[in-house]
Formats: sequence, structure tokens, C-alpha cells
Amino acid sequence: MKTIAATMSGTVLQVLVQPGDRVESGQDVVILESMKMEVPVQATVGGTVKEVKVEVGAFVGDGDPLIELED
Amino acid sequence: MEIKKLLIANRGEIARRIIRTCRKRGIEVVAVYSDADQNLPYVKEADEAVRIGPPPVAQSYLNIDTIIRTAKEKKVDAIHPGYGLLSENATFARQVEEAGIRFIGPSSEVIALMGDKVKARQQMAAAGVPIVPGTPEGVKNVEEALIKAQEIGFPVMLKASAGGGGIGMIVCRSEDELSKAFPSTQGRAKAYFGDNTLFLEKYIEKPRHVEVQIVGDHKQNVVHLFERECSIQRRNQKVIEESLSPSISEKTRSRLYEAGVQAARAVGYTGVGTVEFLVDQDEQIYFLEMNTRLQVEHPVTEAITGLDLVELQLDLAAGKLLPFSQEQITATGHGIEYRIYAEDPTTFMPSPGKIEVFTAPQGEGIRIDAGVEAGNEVTPFYDPMIAKLVVHGKDREETLQRSREALSAFQIEGIRTNLPLLKEITTDPQFVSGKYDTHFLMNRTNSTRRN
Repeated sequence: MKTIAATMSGTVLQVLVQPGDRVESGQDVVILESMKMEVPVQATVGGTVKEVKVEVGAFVGDGDPLIELED
Repeated sequence: MEIKKLLIANRGEIARRIIRTCRKRGIEVVAVYSDADQNLPYVKEADEAVRIGPPPVAQSYLNIDTIIRTAKEKKVDAIHPGYGLLSENATFARQVEEAGIRFIGPSSEVIALMGDKVKARQQMAAAGVPIVPGTPEGVKNVEEALIKAQEIGFPVMLKASAGGGGIGMIVCRSEDELSKAFPSTQGRAKAYFGDNTLFLEKYIEKPRHVEVQIVGDHKQNVVHLFERECSIQRRNQKVIEESLSPSISEKTRSRLYEAGVQAARAVGYTGVGTVEFLVDQDEQIYFLEMNTRLQVEHPVTEAITGLDLVELQLDLAAGKLLPFSQEQITATGHGIEYRIYAEDPTTFMPSPGKIEVFTAPQGEGIRIDAGVEAGNEVTPFYDPMIAKLVVHGKDREETLQRSREALSAFQIEGIRTNLPLLKEITTDPQFVSGKYDTHFLMNRTNSTRRN
């Protein structure tokens, strides 16, 4: 199990993947909005999306889990 | 009618700035704040402070009903909208007027006209103010956009009619780019501004962004308060502004003043406003937009003129006439403003967090307009600008020297800020020469990344 976490606090603007999607390391998976700016969060590792842990509009803190991946 | 009690429908540094003038004039101040801002200095400094909702702006600072209800409950005579947020929202201005409260700004009709970029262009063209070549009306679909773009000639700028602040505009260098950008820009325009009208303008290569500060009263007296050079930008947002502009000829300068005053007269502008222009490589000038409010960078103008622009706003809103003629206003020395952003100095990514240390420099010609102090939290809900350093000197050289010292002495810890970048810019040969355009920061970032 691998987790992609928020890189800063902000509001979830877009979730770009859904369960079952294959993601590559470096791919944008979530767009956060912080300080009026869109901040993409990238997958730090590759894998298959197991669970999306946030919804659009939710507020997340730095380090909060966003996506869980399985190999 | 004199204003005795005023509500500030804004936050942070500008709320604090407005409080300062109100104090000087003996005006009582009501501040409003969201849950994220309750510990900020402006909340403490106001005579009264009212909580208006949770942190997201839609539920607090953009909530027109709550703000007007608060204003009525507190029996204020006037509302100052600051900049951003509701400051250029014609619906808000109209509802304030209808509630019998004075809106510190021009009439809601002028705000509505200037907020509609397509109509504003038409009006300016009719008044003889030079505009960027483009479509006089909105373009309906991508097919029409492609035909019009051929007529104008690539590259073109695709823009949202209701847009502003750098959002909802994109450069398209080919038919392919325009076809791709059209639907997404339309979607964004709808989402951000509730209006998906798009129009096209010729893209001006390597432009400078120079704006003219104007002031008008209800008897149609209009004067300019010189220009501000605002070409140091990232993501179409200003970072450094200076007055006077170091790069334009005297001939261009007077053409800008003339066009700025002409633009304000054409719409019967009252209060303090700014007419933004692009200046191309041949020093042709083009009207870009008019900001019907106090600008973030107004202290640069205050530095060289010695005027208090908020005080002028209050007097003009109270129905007074301009206290001076054009000949009585003089520019002394040189002013530069540096916007301090809570962001990474190289990637420009936001950096929210707790401010552990905030020690601002002091000295001759140094002014600090800060929205925060040590111990405050910079939250992810609002604009990353936390403070402004404004430097004045007898000439540009002295102002730059004072800037270097002030920026070196400025200490902010706990969050990342762009202070290191600002400091570097003050010794950059191109910036020091004064010959720079709006691509300065982008070019600089690209070359830093390559090295």
C-alpha cells in the first residue's frame, strides 16, 4: 500500500484519477487550490488507484492522505 | 455629508491601511473577519470587529447579504471595499447604494461598465483612447474565433470578458492552440466569473505594463497622479511597481496621462481609479482595462506626491470637490513598492504556515504596509500577499540603494517568502537599468532553472 499525500494545505479543486486507474510516478493526480493558486499534487510512486480519500471541495492539511495505491 | 462611521469589507494589509486614515480623520471603523483571520492585527485595531463566517471567501468576504446586514446593524455611513473581493462587484455597490450607505468608489454603473471588458473596449475606442486591436464583440464559438484570429493575426490573446487579475486569459500562437484553449477558457470564465463571453485581442510582444492613477470628482474635474510601471510580474500578477516609470520617453509619458484622463472623463469617473495600458516596443500605447478601486500599489503614488489616496477617496465619496488642480500636483523623487508574498522564491508555489519572526526594517524613506505580525498564521484561503515594502528616495538610484538595505534587514521566518527574489532583483543589471518588460521574471526563472 502506498499513499499520495497533500503537499500543502488547501481545498481540493479536482480529482484527476479514479479507482482502478493506473498512475505513473510524476503524474498529476489531484489539483489543490491554495492562496488563490492551483497547485497540482503528483504521484510520488507508480501504482493502481485503490481508493480516493478526498472529495472535491474538501479542505486538506499538509501531509493528509489523498490517494491510496496498490501495486 | 461627512463620514463618521465606516465598515471595511476587506481584510489583511488593506484593512489596516484604511484604518490608519480613518484614525487620522476621527472616523470610527467596523472591521469584518472570517474565522481564519480573527487574530490578524486589523481585527484588533478596528473600533469594532464582527465575525462574518467561515474561512472560504464565498461564505465570508464575498457574502454580500451578511456584509450589508452588518453595516446596517452597526449603522455605518459608508463601506470601503478595499481591493479584490467585492471591490469591483457592481451588484454589491448597487446594493450598498440602495441600503442608503455610501460606497467608497465610483457609481455601480461605472463599475459594471468597466467590469465588462468588451463594453469597456467599445467605450474607450469611441472616446478616442487607443485600444489593443481585437474583436469589438465577444466571439460566439471556436469557428468564429479562428476566423477573427486570422484577421487580427497570430499570436492572439483569448480573454474572458468578465475576467481580471490574470485569470481567464491565454496566449494562442496558432490555430491549433486557439482551438484547444477555447473550450477550457470558456469553462473557466463561466466557473470563475459566471459569464462565458470570450473575446480576442492582438497579443503584444514584450509589452510594458504602465498604469495611470486618476482622480475625479462629481463635477467632472479629473486629474492624473502620474504613472506606475508594473512590468515586474509573475502569472500576470504584479510583484514590483515603481513611479515614475524608468523606461518610457517624456512624449509617451504625456500621451499616457492624456489618455488616462480622457478615459476617466469618458465614463464620468468619480473617486480614485487606475487606467492600465500596455506599452509596446515602439512605445505605442494601448488601453488594457480600468480598475475602479484603490490599487494594491497606491503607496508608490503616495510616496512621490505626498497625498493620502484613501483620504481623497473618503472626501470625494462625501461629495467634496478635488482640492487641487493638475498644476498643483508635483512628483518628488522616486518610489518603488515590493510585494511580499508567502511563496517559494523560485517555484512561486504558495507557502502557508505560522509566522515565527516578522521584523520589518525602519529608516528614512521606508514604509511598511503589513497585514500580519509574528505569531499569525498565513492560511491557504486567501491571496499570498502578506506585506508591502514601499521605498522612497530623491532619485531611482537612492531608492534602489535604500531598497537593498531594507530588503536585507527584513526578517520573516516560519514560512517561505519571496524576499530573496526581491533582493536579487534590486541588483539585477537589467532591472537596475530600468529597461525591462513583463517577461522579466519569466525569463529570469527560466535561465535560473537551466543553470
